[in-house]
Amino acid sequence: MWWPLNGTDNGTLRMSITAILFLAVLALCVLGYSLARNRALAGAGGDRRLLHSLPTYYGTNAAMFTAVPALGVMVIWLLAQPMMIETRVQGMIPASFIDEGSSIGLVMNDVRRVADGLDLAVKSGGLSADDARKLSANSDVRGMLADRGVALGSDVKPEVLAAAQTYRSAAATGRMWMVVVVMGLALIGFAIAVSLSKPDFRARNVVERGILALLMVAASLAILTTLGIVLSMLFESINFFRVHPASDFFFGGSWAPNFRGDSDLSILPLLWGTLYISLIALTVAVPIGLFAAIYLSEYAGPKLRAVAKPLLEILAGIPTIVYGLFALLTVGPALVRVFGRGDEGLLGVEWMSGATAVLTAGLVMGIMLIPFVSSLSDDIINAVPQAMRDGSLGLGATPSETIRQVVLPAALPGIVGAILLAASRAIGETMIVVLGAGAIAKFSANPLEAMTTITTRIVSQLTGDTDFSSPETLVAFALGLTLFVLTLGLNVFALIIVRKYREQYD
Amino acid sequence: MSNPDQTPAVAKTSLLKLDARTRKRNAAETRFKAYGMIAIGMGLLMLVILVFNIVSRGTGAFQQTFVTLEVELVAAKLDKKGNRNLDDIKKVSTFGYAPLLKDAFEAKVAVAGIDTGIKPKQMAAILSKSAAAQMRDFVIANPDMIGETVAFEFLASSRVDGYLKGRVSRDSIANDKKISPEQLDFVDQLVSEGSVTKRFNMSFITGSDASDARPESAGMGVSMIGSLIMMMVVLVLALPIGVAASIYLEEFAPKNWITDIIEVNISNLAAVPSIVFGILGLAVFINYMHLPNSAPLVGGLVLTLMTLPTIIISTRASLKSVPPSIRDAALGVGASKMQSVFHHVLPLAAPGILTGTIIGLAQALGETAPLLLIGMVGFIASNPPDSIAAGLMSPNSAMPAQIYEWAKRADPAFYERAWGGIIILLVFLVSMNTIAVILRRRFERRW
Repeated sequence: MWWPLNGTDNGTLRMSITAILFLAVLALCVLGYSLARNRALAGAGGDRRLLHSLPTYYGTNAAMFTAVPALGVMVIWLLAQPMMIETRVQGMIPASFIDEGSSIGLVMNDVRRVADGLDLAVKSGGLSADDARKLSANSDVRGMLADRGVALGSDVKPEVLAAAQTYRSAAATGRMWMVVVVMGLALIGFAIAVSLSKPDFRARNVVERGILALLMVAASLAILTTLGIVLSMLFESINFFRVHPASDFFFGGSWAPNFRGDSDLSILPLLWGTLYISLIALTVAVPIGLFAAIYLSEYAGPKLRAVAKPLLEILAGIPTIVYGLFALLTVGPALVRVFGRGDEGLLGVEWMSGATAVLTAGLVMGIMLIPFVSSLSDDIINAVPQAMRDGSLGLGATPSETIRQVVLPAALPGIVGAILLAASRAIGETMIVVLGAGAIAKFSANPLEAMTTITTRIVSQLTGDTDFSSPETLVAFALGLTLFVLTLGLNVFALIIVRKYREQYD
Repeated sequence: MSNPDQTPAVAKTSLLKLDARTRKRNAAETRFKAYGMIAIGMGLLMLVILVFNIVSRGTGAFQQTFVTLEVELVAAKLDKKGNRNLDDIKKVSTFGYAPLLKDAFEAKVAVAGIDTGIKPKQMAAILSKSAAAQMRDFVIANPDMIGETVAFEFLASSRVDGYLKGRVSRDSIANDKKISPEQLDFVDQLVSEGSVTKRFNMSFITGSDASDARPESAGMGVSMIGSLIMMMVVLVLALPIGVAASIYLEEFAPKNWITDIIEVNISNLAAVPSIVFGILGLAVFINYMHLPNSAPLVGGLVLTLMTLPTIIISTRASLKSVPPSIRDAALGVGASKMQSVFHHVLPLAAPGILTGTIIGLAQALGETAPLLLIGMVGFIASNPPDSIAAGLMSPNSAMPAQIYEWAKRADPAFYERAWGGIIILLVFLVSMNTIAVILRRRFERRW
């Protein structure tokens, strides 16, 4: 564990190095600020009117020069160092060393644990730094580490120990160089900025350009996030398709993960469950939401509107875990009382056995989507020009005829867009289906049966013990990527429709 | 001013008399209106059902059944050597304390004259499993009380608690090994005698989660701290980054394809399913950066990425609402573009930004799905962190994750906790949103 802010004791040691470095740079910043400011003022003989910029700009300039490059390099260093060390150490492990059923990832895990354990031992004083370096595989490394609370799965093999030693020394060298480089950069920046602080130096312009650059970096973080999402899922999906045939994933007929291997991992049954639940949700949400929107925008007086609209929107602000619990503990049992329990049930039938079912999740998701459909449709209906209504009413149509034959056709593209957005919400919704839909992957048209969805499977494949070399874990990334593409496609499509429609009436 | 009845039958139809077609159209009109009202009514009905359901099922969690019992802390059992040495006292495990409870019940039955057929062991079983530990903690804290008789207030077991709350009945425990109808009779006798009472339970709000066997002592406190720390991380990261990004996009960005890509990106990120952010967090923060599993820092980072689009969108809207004349005036008296933005536009937009941030935080507070993937469920968050660093890095839960955890457990006693947890969560959300609304009302300026 190389990361500077680490929960383990050995991590706090490293954290302190990074933290001290960070604080040192900040201290230099403060020093630079006052030095540069005073130097500029002194250069002008204490008369600030002779300065090009306000004195604070000289100070800020120095602080910026000191901190920004140094801290930037520090962040990049912290991100890049582990990757470089990993590749280097991985190269040390001979391919023959990796057993059947094991993987380079598992061996690397061992290496990291041994290295961490040694660091811990050195820190707690049980082992001198020299001894730790000279440790040979003949000694009982496992027992020694176990004494210090680091449990290893097997005895430490010489290759692993050697790799761990390289790992430790590389990490130590890396940290040392990081300190040198970061402090060097900070000092150089500090020196340049302070020496530049003369009255005719255009400090404000430089500072403003720097701030603009920082603003740009912040804005591009959005792109970075998207890139992170796409790349992380893409890489793991590619890994997945390496160990599992893509044809089975996309066209296979069954989902039966099996942690002994040889699983059927097809997305189709999951997609069916997802779409079925979303369909039920939309059949609940679209009529209610749409009629509510029509009534609110065309009939309701301002008072009713002021009360009903925010109240409906509360439904959208309730966390999904609440809906999930509502599905599992209220709606599900209520449905069982109606459709299940044989003679004891309300209908006297035995169609539903458990509280989790497609209908349970679909109904509750529908409730969640009502405000989504209604407020989007409300906006769109309000955007239809009043002249169209007036024309229709003037020709003698009743308000409902006007709505059905003039307003709704005009608003249709927008409403379709709103429904698509709601559909994308439904497909990506997690908590309601995790708690309310069940875990059985199958093709069935019976809404009273438990079925499973893409999001449920992502959760179940990625919680608990995960092994990033098995297809059963990696499939979650392929599922996630599919989900991402699906919802993104729906969103983009919906936005295009909505935008096109808006242009018509603007 | 004619009455239809008096009108002579000159015209075959009257404007005032509705013909069949008009009546049909009017009926359609009424129907259509009724559909709309029914739709709104159904929406509101759902809200009412949901709220009623939460309140009626959750308030029970804030009350807990306690058993008052006078226990003699027998010196011969707790301090065999009789030297009041703390180390020796600590050697007595909770098993050593269990017999004292039985004796205490026996004494109680004798004093109060309760006629019961059950054995002392079964009497002690109406207490929570934490009772012995509670006594042990007390004795270790007050070693000089050994030998005295002390009145303790113990948590009752979850079955007894459920019985007093009406969740457990004699029918429902037919196959329950943990409690028998005789024990319930005994509880009834104790209730009428006054030593079993139900009262407000603060430890549900402040306490920590408990294992499967002790639903009666599970609380939300530790997960609340986890949520709080995550919200701090989100606030510290998302607010400055979001505001900086919005300022750039709204005030400085040139209209070109790069800006377009960023804008499209942000609006799409706002619609990405939350679970995808969980996958990102797992792959990047835990798998690549080796940040510890279940750490609130990781949760905070993931929620930051999720909240950023919300904050950016609302910040841009409030920057946009500042009229250009403000900028022009600042530029006119010689401010630079940067100065006009930071000295004039930003302060005027601040209330709107704050409102948007609070709403974004409220959203993040209720988010569960990404937290499942970074491992903030599935363990018992038993100890509050002892420092800020530990709070960031050591495993913890979060309020919605804790609720999910309880919902997954088998014992129905936890369901009541889950509903109660939802009440606490909703109290937070409602107050955050109220603050946002008040801020908006109080400080929003209209130009």
